[in-house]
Amino acid sequence: MKQLKSIISILNNNELRGYLFQAIALAAIVLMAYIAIDNMFINIEARSIHTGFSFLNNRAGFDINEFLIDYSPESTNLRVFYVGLLNTIVIAIVGIFFATIIGLLIGIARLSNNYLISKLAGGYIELFRNIPILLQILFWYNLSLIIFPHPRKSFEFFDAIFINKRGFYVPKPIAEDGFLFVVVALIIAIIGVIAMIKHFKKKHEKTGIYTSTFLYSTLLIIGLPTITYFIMGSPLHLDYPALKGFNFKGGMVFSPEFTALAFALSVYTATYIAEAIRSGIEAVDKGQKEAAAAIGLTPVQSLKLVVLPQALRVAIPPTINQYLNLTKNSSLATAIGYPELMSAFGGTVLNQVGQAVEILGMTMLVYLVISLIISLTLNIVNKKMSIKGR
Amino acid sequence: MNKLLKISAVSLLAFGAYGVQADTLSDVQDKGSVSCGVSKGLAGFSAANSAGVWTGVDVDVCRAVAAATLGDASAVKFVPLTAKERFTALQSGEIDMLSRNTTWTITRDASLGLNFAGVNYYDGQGFMVKSSLGIGSAMDLGGAAVCIQAGTTTELNLADWGKANGINYTSVVSDTNAQTLSNYDAGRCDVLTTDASGLYSMRAASKDPSEHVVLPEIISKEPLGPVVRQGDDKWFNIVRWSLNAMITAEEVGVTSATADVVSNNPERERLMGRSGNTHEYVGLSSDWTYNIIKQVGNYSESFERNIGLNTPIGIARGVNALWTQGGILYSPPFR
Repeated sequence: MKQLKSIISILNNNELRGYLFQAIALAAIVLMAYIAIDNMFINIEARSIHTGFSFLNNRAGFDINEFLIDYSPESTNLRVFYVGLLNTIVIAIVGIFFATIIGLLIGIARLSNNYLISKLAGGYIELFRNIPILLQILFWYNLSLIIFPHPRKSFEFFDAIFINKRGFYVPKPIAEDGFLFVVVALIIAIIGVIAMIKHFKKKHEKTGIYTSTFLYSTLLIIGLPTITYFIMGSPLHLDYPALKGFNFKGGMVFSPEFTALAFALSVYTATYIAEAIRSGIEAVDKGQKEAAAAIGLTPVQSLKLVVLPQALRVAIPPTINQYLNLTKNSSLATAIGYPELMSAFGGTVLNQVGQAVEILGMTMLVYLVISLIISLTLNIVNKKMSIKGR
Repeated sequence: MNKLLKISAVSLLAFGAYGVQADTLSDVQDKGSVSCGVSKGLAGFSAANSAGVWTGVDVDVCRAVAAATLGDASAVKFVPLTAKERFTALQSGEIDMLSRNTTWTITRDASLGLNFAGVNYYDGQGFMVKSSLGIGSAMDLGGAAVCIQAGTTTELNLADWGKANGINYTSVVSDTNAQTLSNYDAGRCDVLTTDASGLYSMRAASKDPSEHVVLPEIISKEPLGPVVRQGDDKWFNIVRWSLNAMITAEEVGVTSATADVVSNNPERERLMGRSGNTHEYVGLSSDWTYNIIKQVGNYSESFERNIGLNTPIGIARGVNALWTQGGILYSPPFR
């Protein structure tokens, strides 16, 4: 009797009961995962589907037309994985770069006092945000195949840049001996600029005398490497594309698949970034700007010292979330055949090898890791930007 | 869509009932229809016509199996699949059989948990170019951009052929047949490569077929046939012998029009189930072959109706003629 009472009293204990239900929920999830995985293995076994990761070392046997590391049909499936991964990273970086620039411009334009500019920016956002991204990718891709000419009738610019259905061909810079010095000069210039900004900031804090460093910085960063370049005797030459047989050879080429994908992803994601930027700027109270003006800050200083630090705090987290989305959306490239991870590895290799569980598992893991890295960055940035307690 | 299907296929593997592979025949008879994986549209092989009815030589294999098992050639649920989706869809049990111009290779047969039930079309990979290019041989294709469909044996053959002949090319890969064709039409590439039958089918479907030339080189063997899951021998036998019934019917000279005519040819009578008891061995009613021939027709009827010389696709029988007529089409006997 007493025992029963004590059991009941334990059950009535809120804290204990909380733990109990959590434990039951956890056990249920683990059990379900176990059943699922076990069942999967039983089914795979029953259908005698080949398993294991040995396929990674097999010859891939098919061609990929865009790769950053050496690739040929003789390469292994693992190599395809790397090629795809690098292509995914490239498209993510290029997409993020352009999406940020476009987003920033549109976000600021949206807040412009000029009626036309702000309405145009608003129209842009409404248009591109409300059309599914897959549709946009297919649209730009097929459009580019329709509007650009055949290689023999390429659009030409200065005999160096060619645009046709097969891609954008630009001269490829090839570094010779001595180019390393130019790179070193650039690094020195950047270090110099950072030191200079620090110095003048200190001076500003100490004496109150403000010195604009913009002109000096620009001069240093452009000037030093340029001078080095000429001293070293122009250690860089360009490899020009030229029409040979069916297609252009030489130079650098951006394929229509890459261009359409990068364009669609940038234009689409930029709408969300623009809205994030706008919400950030609008979140800063008008009184803040007025106060900044009242203590004699110039409009530029007010923007730099008062408005932006607060606006960015609001704008950065959703912007980084959009970077994450862009990276994941890049897997839609499979629709137009840009060989990123999902298309080259999760698509072609999967079909040639047929081991869905292993291949999709690897692919998912990669996206998960990329996403986690981006969100880790977000957390670090967020911590830095958040209001410091006093 | 594509990704969705793959994910769902993996989860089907994970959560699907134990032993779904056990008895496809009972499943089919319970459902009252055969789920058959076909292409997303390859005229003459599997394509839906303007009335939404699927036709083609691959489709006829699905219909033959439905006629054999359910007595109704129209009791087929067609599931259009891309090349990349097809095996996962079959492995996961989403479809009962795959009849989608699929090449029989050792890798697919032995490592995917699948079985090829025969060959309904002997094909080979070829090239098609625009006539305006003025090219007469695939050996002149050095430096060309080649349109190709992802996840096919075509991709592998092309790489092998390029290497063996020292021909460099740029591949332009697309997910679907339609996108491959539209890339070729738009001029994204100079050449389109796939199975020769596919080239004829695409040429027939183009605005002006005379603008395109199929080059004479055939660079691979592509035996195309229906596929089933491994581990259900009963179903495997049904699919294999449904196809064989169509081929044998041509051999013994019975058509959909003459299916009811009783003859004095013993093999023909055995085939039509009017003598012998082979139907018991495959586990079907005695009129299973009769239903196939009556409702779908023999191999020749299916061929001439869908891809023969009198159709826009215009393929001659060639190697796909019966072994008695100079081809390699050969069914083991109904005995």
